[in-house]
Amino acid sequence: MIFSGKVFKFGDNIDTDAIIPARYLNDSSDENLRKHCMEDADESFPSKVSKGDFIAAGNNFGCGSSREHAPRAIKVSGVPVVIAKSFARIFYRNAFNIGLFILEADTDGMDNGDILEVDTDTGEIKNKTKNTVVKAKPIPKFMSELVNAGGLIAYAKKKIKEGKK
Amino acid sequence: MGRPLTITEKIIQNHTDNEAVAPGDIVNARVDIALGNDITAPIAIKEFEAIGIGEVFDRKKIALVPDHFVPNKDILSAKQAKMLRDFAKEHDIENYFECGEAGVEHALLPEKGIVLPGDLVVGADSHTCTYGALGAFATGVGSTDLAYAFAFGELWLKVPESIKVIFEGKPKKWVSGKDLVLYLIGKIGVEGANYMALEFAGSTFKHLGMSDRFTISNMAIEAGAKSGIFEPDEITEDYVKDRAKRDYIFYKSDEDAEYAKVLKFNTESINPQVAFPHLPENSVDINEASAKNIKIDQSVIGSCTNGRIEDLRIAAEILKGKKIAKYSRLIVIPATPDIYRAAAKEGLIDIFMDAGAVVSTPTCGPCLGGYMGILADGERAISSTNRNFKGRMGDVKSEVYLANPAVCAASAILGKIAGPDEVS
Ligand code: SF4
Repeated sequence: MIFSGKVFKFGDNIDTDAIIPARYLNDSSDENLRKHCMEDADESFPSKVSKGDFIAAGNNFGCGSSREHAPRAIKVSGVPVVIAKSFARIFYRNAFNIGLFILEADTDGMDNGDILEVDTDTGEIKNKTKNTVVKAKPIPKFMSELVNAGGLIAYAKKKIKEGKK
Repeated sequence: MGRPLTITEKIIQNHTDNEAVAPGDIVNARVDIALGNDITAPIAIKEFEAIGIGEVFDRKKIALVPDHFVPNKDILSAKQAKMLRDFAKEHDIENYFECGEAGVEHALLPEKGIVLPGDLVVGADSHTCTYGALGAFATGVGSTDLAYAFAFGELWLKVPESIKVIFEGKPKKWVSGKDLVLYLIGKIGVEGANYMALEFAGSTFKHLGMSDRFTISNMAIEAGAKSGIFEPDEITEDYVKDRAKRDYIFYKSDEDAEYAKVLKFNTESINPQVAFPHLPENSVDINEASAKNIKIDQSVIGSCTNGRIEDLRIAAEILKGKKIAKYSRLIVIPATPDIYRAAAKEGLIDIFMDAGAVVSTPTCGPCLGGYMGILADGERAISSTNRNFKGRMGDVKSEVYLANPAVCAASAILGKIAGPDEVS
């Protein structure tokens, strides 16, 4: 799939407490998650982000807790893809399980507000503002199957259907 | 014979139908215990219902522990706890714990013998890796994963590479599992073991107990690791033999198993550690930390990292007959009801209260900035917990320093970060 939008740029080790602070975890509704997404990293994020925008970050994005609220908050904010130099493990699997694309790529050349065009099939990331192109690491086959199926639950439903045949 | 295997590879292989597994393989693994709490299980329950399978795979192999915001801190958290209770009732979940029986999940499950050596455990909580201390493969997953495990009793896993971490020698007085793991994270960084299994070994662990192993495995995730495992031995056997209600298996790594890396440390040269804000990797020697004269407002002793009875005994040894510093707070949270009861019997609760501490019922509470000990803007805490991210314990402009219970107790007395030798 091809997505295009502007970038919100963050640094290294953006932890799950920054993505969605624990003080809001008494409510897992989409509305609550959207309202507080990335709040402790950038207070203005929830009001500025619009559908189709990207998050780009440095190393170890999503470290810390296993809370699926974190990738969900990003997804319900309208962000289709997160690009980072590297991701923490649980965040990585959670994102694919819920159908949020994540790409590992060099994000050094990306700045706040840059316009990107991202092809999740080829991993090609075009920076329209800077006229540069970077290539993301290929997504493992199983993971792209998962995300293309619509996430783990859709995959599970398919599994049940096939079992019943 | 196939290739030699690590303990992690062996446990995973024995939970699949694969003839062989190797690091990097994505496998479907059978799950012995699937765990959720009052924050992560509500989403899992919704997703489980979305799958539409109706029945859980095995009512005895699911654990639901309301511990993060329980006893309910507000109406919303009460709703979440109610979802767990209703689900537990509907599916007759064996390992559901009502508040009063519940404690911090990762202290509770081993204590009750619910997780055992050789198990494959998945939990929708990142510190599920704690059970590696028992010689189990245990890893944190998300809520959707948990829903899948509830339905099918299996889950996709990537077989991790392993890093072997060897600690040799007898630890100095006041040096505990917490210090070794903070020291390790200081060396390899918060991403140093991302996607990998840490396997701990060495003569040091003959001098330390199960409690220290739990602390170390607990913080494997703070180096990004998927799991943190110990080979079970007689110390493990002593811990599990009276708790287990089913069979368990001791796995060991083959001698010539392959590791991505082998790291060796001399324990004798390690002092108590303090991790400075805002990452667990910012660990420094207590002498260096103490010399900086860092004033603290609050000290917390508790959590799945250091809320066991051994931790409370150490804290009480230091606090006995002493008072905490004026205008500062000490919050002590036994991690489970059994620990709470033992601490009362041993007179530890009196010692804490005489010193001016608040002693709370078991809960995660302030560890994740949930409730009961939230920091205001500009406040500083030292804590026996496992994370010191920005805003972890309250306001984004507050600070958390991580240390062992002895250092937390000594710091509470002096109102500044201090080592136990400075108060005894
Ligand atoms: S005590 Fe802290 S780290 Fe442990 S499970 Fe509770 S919130 Fe998580």
